[in-house]
Amino acid sequence: MKQFDYVRPATVAEAVAAAVQPGAAYLAAGTNLLDLMKGGVSRPDRLVDVTHLDGLDAIETLADGSLRIGALVSNADLAHDPVFARSYPAVAEALLSGASAQLRNAATVGGNLLQRTRCAYFYDTASRCNKREAGSGCDARDGENRGHAVLGWSDSCIATHPSDFCVPLVALDAVVEIEGKSGRREIALDELHCLPGNSPERESALEPGDIVVAVRLPPAARGFAAHARYLKVRDRTSYAFAVVSAAAALRIENGKVAEARIALGGVAAKPWRVRAAEDVLRGVAPTADAFQEAAWRALTDAKPSGDNAFKIELARRIVMRALTLAAAGTPARLPALPASPFAATSGAIHA
Amino acid sequence: MNHSISLTVNGARRDFVLDDPRVTLLDLLRERLHLTGTKKGCDRGQCGACTILVDGKRINSCLALAVSHDGADILTIEGVARGDQLHPVQAAFIAHDGFQCGFCTPGQIMSAIGMMQEAQAGSDPERIRECMSGNLCRCGAYAGIVDAVLDAQGQMDESNQRRSA
Repeated sequence: MKQFDYVRPATVAEAVAAAVQPGAAYLAAGTNLLDLMKGGVSRPDRLVDVTHLDGLDAIETLADGSLRIGALVSNADLAHDPVFARSYPAVAEALLSGASAQLRNAATVGGNLLQRTRCAYFYDTASRCNKREAGSGCDARDGENRGHAVLGWSDSCIATHPSDFCVPLVALDAVVEIEGKSGRREIALDELHCLPGNSPERESALEPGDIVVAVRLPPAARGFAAHARYLKVRDRTSYAFAVVSAAAALRIENGKVAEARIALGGVAAKPWRVRAAEDVLRGVAPTADAFQEAAWRALTDAKPSGDNAFKIELARRIVMRALTLAAAGTPARLPALPASPFAATSGAIHA
Repeated sequence: MNHSISLTVNGARRDFVLDDPRVTLLDLLRERLHLTGTKKGCDRGQCGACTILVDGKRINSCLALAVSHDGADILTIEGVARGDQLHPVQAAFIAHDGFQCGFCTPGQIMSAIGMMQEAQAGSDPERIRECMSGNLCRCGAYAGIVDAVLDAQGQMDESNQRRSA
């Protein structure tokens, strides 16, 4: 690991001032960053430790019914917050399907959003990677790429964003609160992560010094609590990143879908909201045919980036299954294996 | 630049001067305090051999910078027994052959203790396997590990019931 200066600011303003310099990186739990630093993938000159800042670890319901989650809330504390789990069950299920219990205890909300891809070529400093080193090339294109992107990828980069948490969040219109050198601003989570295009080294809309201070779920996000699921196909049942995942949330009124929310994970460089598929379901009965049509629409633009054409059909089936499970109703208890398609859950049918 | 931190380790307050901020909690425990029960397996947060409790919660000590955990309360495998009396989870691992080579065992035991405090698994073997998935055992002693955790959980439930009765 390269040497670095360690700075522990006392306020968010001090943190921004310390992190605005080139070569600086924020340190929260470090569950991803330290791993990257040990491998020489990330080589910051300065770590700005935000873990001791006050006021970033609260989960609060705002006057308008929004939920505001401080950036330093741990993944485990959020998932196990009873009010949170009841109000946003698909988000809790997604959190609990990610990483291991040890990592969830440490890893933070802000860090989860900003974690890096797990593309093996990004991690291997002997490989060419346009994301790690702009313009160096992409060894994933001709490499082991069965897990890579099928949506939004470019010739420069076919990496995926690995977060589970972000998938239901983007479906529920989450907003990211950012503090930067010109003050406070907020953007939709859907706008936070960049698609690779010709500059995969730029991964987010954040500018130097910007720090995520909170994630907010708007009041309408609670309206899906009765019909919301997250489903995740992994190479092993637990402690693995998604090959493909989907969040499905429905608002059902008088036997019809009043509103649907669908997002995919493991398929692109960002959590992939599929509004066209949501539109298919508006005002129709929650039937297998309607879900089939929505699943088809969700993957219309997908194309393989390598040996991963199977992910397109897999994603269709996972959307179909997630919608079917969501329509059957959020289970009173989380499945023993969160988000697993192999968990015994009533109402599951095979797409 | 030196960084002064203090930690409570297994009940005792310890002060440290770190001349390098790169020191992880794992390396601090092993190299500075010679508490070598906490194992360095992968050193990348994948195997769980370095699991310790920090402020009551299990984490991977290999992915935690010591300098960032100034003021933390740390429990390692060396701190779970009471004198010669093993912690119920330690005793259960012996009773159920929850190991072969033993390298992952301190991490497994610390993880199990942390899991019981989280109260998310109860006595459901499938939940135990899920909640312990951050601890790898290359000898494949998983069946014994799950039995040990179930047994220890049962014993602790019983003693809690006795206490509240």
